Amino acid sequence: MKAVLTVFLKEVKENLRDRRTVINALITGPLMAPIFFVLLMNIMINRELDKADKPLSVPVVGASLAPNLIDALKARGLDPLPPVADPIAAVTDQRADVVLKIPKSYPKAWEKGEIAQVELIYDSSQRDASSSVNRLEGMLKGYARQQGALRVLSRGLSPAVSMPLVVDKRDQSTPQSRAGMMFSIMPYFFVLTVFMGGMYLAIDLTAGERERQSLEPLFVNPVARWRVLLGKLMAICGFSMTSLLLSIIAFALAANFVPTEKLGMSLAMGPMFAIDVLVLMLPLVMLLSVLQTLVAAFAKSYREAQTYLSILMLIPALPSVILSVIPVRAQDWMYAVPLLGQQMGITALLRGGSVSMQQIGLTLVTGIVAAFLVGLITAQVYRSERLAISG
Amino acid sequence: MIEVKDLHKAFGEVKAVDGVSFHAADGQITGLLGPNGAGKTTSLRMLYTLMKPDAGQVMVDGIDAAVDPVAVRRQLGVLPDARGLYKRLTARENINYFARLHGMDEALIRERREALIEGLEMQDIADRRTEGFSQGQRVKTAIARALIHDPRNVILDEPTNGLDVMATRAMRRFMLKLRDEGRCVLFSSHIMQEVAALCDRIVVIAHGRVVAAESPDALREQTGEANLEDAFVKIIGSEEGLAA
Repeated sequence: MKAVLTVFLKEVKENLRDRRTVINALITGPLMAPIFFVLLMNIMINRELDKADKPLSVPVVGASLAPNLIDALKARGLDPLPPVADPIAAVTDQRADVVLKIPKSYPKAWEKGEIAQVELIYDSSQRDASSSVNRLEGMLKGYARQQGALRVLSRGLSPAVSMPLVVDKRDQSTPQSRAGMMFSIMPYFFVLTVFMGGMYLAIDLTAGERERQSLEPLFVNPVARWRVLLGKLMAICGFSMTSLLLSIIAFALAANFVPTEKLGMSLAMGPMFAIDVLVLMLPLVMLLSVLQTLVAAFAKSYREAQTYLSILMLIPALPSVILSVIPVRAQDWMYAVPLLGQQMGITALLRGGSVSMQQIGLTLVTGIVAAFLVGLITAQVYRSERLAISG
Repeated sequence: MIEVKDLHKAFGEVKAVDGVSFHAADGQITGLLGPNGAGKTTSLRMLYTLMKPDAGQVMVDGIDAAVDPVAVRRQLGVLPDARGLYKRLTARENINYFARLHGMDEALIRERREALIEGLEMQDIADRRTEGFSQGQRVKTAIARALIHDPRNVILDEPTNGLDVMATRAMRRFMLKLRDEGRCVLFSSHIMQEVAALCDRIVVIAHGRVVAAESPDALREQTGEANLEDAFVKIIGSEEGLAA
């Protein structure tokens, strides 16, 4: 055990002297998650605020043909802009989300009591357009319903004659749950932080040592190779965990700068959140450090290892990407799958939910077993003659 | 005391070592001489248990390397072909690392380390990071690192490779000192002059085999050549890969 500790301490000391490793593990890596979080939250908050209060600015063609309509829409939150010369071009060029066009036939039809028509010109392939279109359409329909009721009433009938059914929408979502899709990207940044925290160390401690030809003298010492490996893995885990810890702290601080209260949202980033995330990530830290070492052990040089590892870095993105596109209902067995478990757990925590002891236990057990198995394979690779010989 | 019996090692089709046997006694310098690619480094690597022989036996101070490789490594001080220092550590820290891997206590480490630093005349570089060291400074540090645990047996793979004249002379003096301390010194070289000047016994390796193992005088007698250089060429069968 003393030899393991010796290797661990030497690797930590040596790598703290390496600027690239320190910058990646202690600065770039940890800052990634909080920065993206603040960015995403701000985008989301702006969107939510847009939806609710802001008047909807829409260019109106032929506003003078229907002054009553425009007044009614203004009362419902429309901000009519001057007409544009070419509504279709304006929409396709994304200068406007939607253009309201009142045709010349409108006043005549309205006065006669016939069905009058207005046109909405928009491009549904523009992601942001749909909320404006829906809002404007809602305003127009509301106006139509109101006028219809008045007409029916003036003929001495009940408005129920023309309105047999009323739909009352009761949306149960909260701003926090609407943010779910964004939150499901966040776990990836924590995983990335862990990955980057350990990556340069994993490269340096195996491929780097091999390239600098120091592995051969090291293995001549009377220490079993698996002990050397264990010491190195501990150093990698140490750096990854430090990265993660710094990241969580930065995250909690960043959360203070996000005006979540504007949405009536409460982000619980206290010590409990930090502990839960650390415990959930612990098995992943171990698994990633052995995986990185295993991959680096196959590379002959620092550069080669770097290439392999940047490909490996894409794998942790998969669950985040898949889950943010295809919403899957959380089930307990998912916590048993490394990466997926962390994904589910951290997303749940961010959404204000909680993770049960059973779920955490499942993540820990399967993650540590997986790390141990990959560790056995890595130890096998470390035992090979090929590894020590650089020439 | 190092004994090697009938070592074999093949890499795919290539038989790098094909039946090498020799012994190196305590209090003697044994030179492993052979052209480049003769199998010297591979033989030594099997000796210090970095590689497993396909067949044959390695015994160090009576311990079988196949049975207890860790114990064998404890008996050896090795300067491998790959010097590989940790460039972000100072020379002293490099030495300390290996000392601790040997499980030495701190007081003993300090005593041995300072003695080696003095013996190798490296006081001026001891607290510098090894990045940017000259070849000679690197070899000195690597040797101090290899001998920190006071091993009875010292294996040096091409110890003067890349050194200038001054450093080479210092290295030779150091090897003679190790012999006078009663250690078993085994080193490899492809430089005849060096082997002739230092060795009590010479083991000549060519094409993965031992072609002669004698004292320098016996070698001259055996070949009937008064000049050692001519004797080597005659034994090996060609001049290829040797340096005077």
